[in-house]
Amino acid sequence: MVDRKTSFPQIATLGLDGLLVRFSDRFDDAANRAALAFRGAAAALEDVEETSASLGAVYLRFDPHRLPHAALEERLQALLADRDWYKAPLPADHRVWQIPAVYGGEHGPQLEAAAELAGTDVNTAIEELSTVRLRVMAIGFAPGFPYLGQLAERWNLPRHDDLKTAVPTGALCLAIRQCVLFPAQSPTGWRHIATTAFRGFRPDHDNPFLLQPGDEISFPAVPARDFGRLIDSPHGGATCESLG
Amino acid sequence: MNELIVHRSGPGTIVQDHGRAGYLAQGLSRGGAADRVALVEGAALLDQPLGLAALEFISSVEVEVTAPTWVALTGAPKRARRDGEALSWNACHLLSPGERLHLGPATTGNYAYLHVAGGIATPMQVGSRGAHLTAGLGATLADGARLPLGADPAPRRCARSLPTENRFAGGEIRILAGPQTGLFPPEVLDRFLATRFSRTAWGNRQGVKLDHSGEGFRPATGLDLVSEVIVPGDIQVTGDGTPYVLGPECQTIGGYPRIATIVPQDLPRVMQATPGSPLRFRMVDLQQSLDSHLTIEKLYENARRRIQGPELALLDNLMTQNLISGVVTDILDDEDIS
Repeated sequence: MVDRKTSFPQIATLGLDGLLVRFSDRFDDAANRAALAFRGAAAALEDVEETSASLGAVYLRFDPHRLPHAALEERLQALLADRDWYKAPLPADHRVWQIPAVYGGEHGPQLEAAAELAGTDVNTAIEELSTVRLRVMAIGFAPGFPYLGQLAERWNLPRHDDLKTAVPTGALCLAIRQCVLFPAQSPTGWRHIATTAFRGFRPDHDNPFLLQPGDEISFPAVPARDFGRLIDSPHGGATCESLG
Repeated sequence: MNELIVHRSGPGTIVQDHGRAGYLAQGLSRGGAADRVALVEGAALLDQPLGLAALEFISSVEVEVTAPTWVALTGAPKRARRDGEALSWNACHLLSPGERLHLGPATTGNYAYLHVAGGIATPMQVGSRGAHLTAGLGATLADGARLPLGADPAPRRCARSLPTENRFAGGEIRILAGPQTGLFPPEVLDRFLATRFSRTAWGNRQGVKLDHSGEGFRPATGLDLVSEVIVPGDIQVTGDGTPYVLGPECQTIGGYPRIATIVPQDLPRVMQATPGSPLRFRMVDLQQSLDSHLTIEKLYENARRRIQGPELALLDNLMTQNLISGVVTDILDDEDIS
């Protein structure tokens, strides 16, 4: 258990032109909410050029010749003291997505094994995974690649070591109580449980990135025969409700 | 429209600029030239804005233009020939239609740049023309590719050169402590700073693997930590203790601990170090690093001050023969810049 009173949040320098505000160094749901909320507030600070959030930390990039480290750190300390960030709500402008997915079979070849490891059967697994609402905890690894969480403890499955098999674009994969959604074909150690027709990174669109950290997503189940229809639909049949 | 025809392009030939800032939160690293200094030097030689795109290549290329075009050659020095005539590196030259410019193979270093007056004017994708291959932006150029060129912002030019420091032999690299440096026991960090590394041939725009003799550099803890933000220049240590220097096309979040971060001005020297070159790390404090930091704009100013006039062997006309270096710079400053 992280002792937030004495250890976190912490501010550290990252490179010549960055600071990292860490809310935890272990995965922690409250720390993720804190990071998402704090990023929103820190992005509004004057002379901060870019912000991003990982699962439990916020990165700020700035021009140190214009805004000295000490001055920014002072402002960040004041902002940290302003409220209990671990209790902050999700960013007000986050959206709620429904992204249809085809579970199991050729669209999710590792669903059955994952369900077994989680101590359940395929139907119960689909029922749970297709109704749970997951949060975009961070986007990283690749453009538009969301880390989604957090699933119940029984889904705390290790990633497997065999990275030889590539999963297709749109693959929904599961491990360590999280899901990830592949914007492009990739080898992975995550367990491939379903496939969507959603493309989270569209380089040639005016708005190339559809998801934002803090967004919430559920993956309702659709039959395999509908997959072709999803491919032809805008956003792979996904719908989005803005709460902003 | 003037075009650059890439008759032959080896693997790794891409359009490159300073990349895309501002997309870290969406998982897209900045990317941009592997050697940003070389990109700046080309812009300085051609007296043109910093944001224009050039050709980055690691093997050999053969190109032609469809209208008379000034070109500049920077970065890893290659054998350069214009229809068989040797051309100097770190210099600009006039290329006429019908002439073939052949560049390569490398003599030392890794990434070479061919800049064209007006810049390569391929369509922008997510705010940049630079290829980001791991993100699926842009692509390695195929033989026969025709690239549109922008209008030359300063058509009155002359051959000139830019003496540059040798960035291709490795050497001492300055590093800053980062959020995860403390995960490494002091004796491991001391050993890291005392170790003579060599750059391996395993390297690309995502990162460069380092080699050394002796045991790896293992953190005391940290392999179970949550993934954190990565920046280019981070030195990531994988599970077996091997350090990798992360390049401009690195991933944005990663789980392996980072022992330190290379200061921005020294990262091009790691990217450019010829495989086998020695590398050693020296820890500097933030203030030292800020004091010696050169922004892109400052690098550009410095490069322009170092530019020298035409070398006798490379003269394109009698007019330029009469100019000496300082005068050339002054004339260009007056007529083409202000």
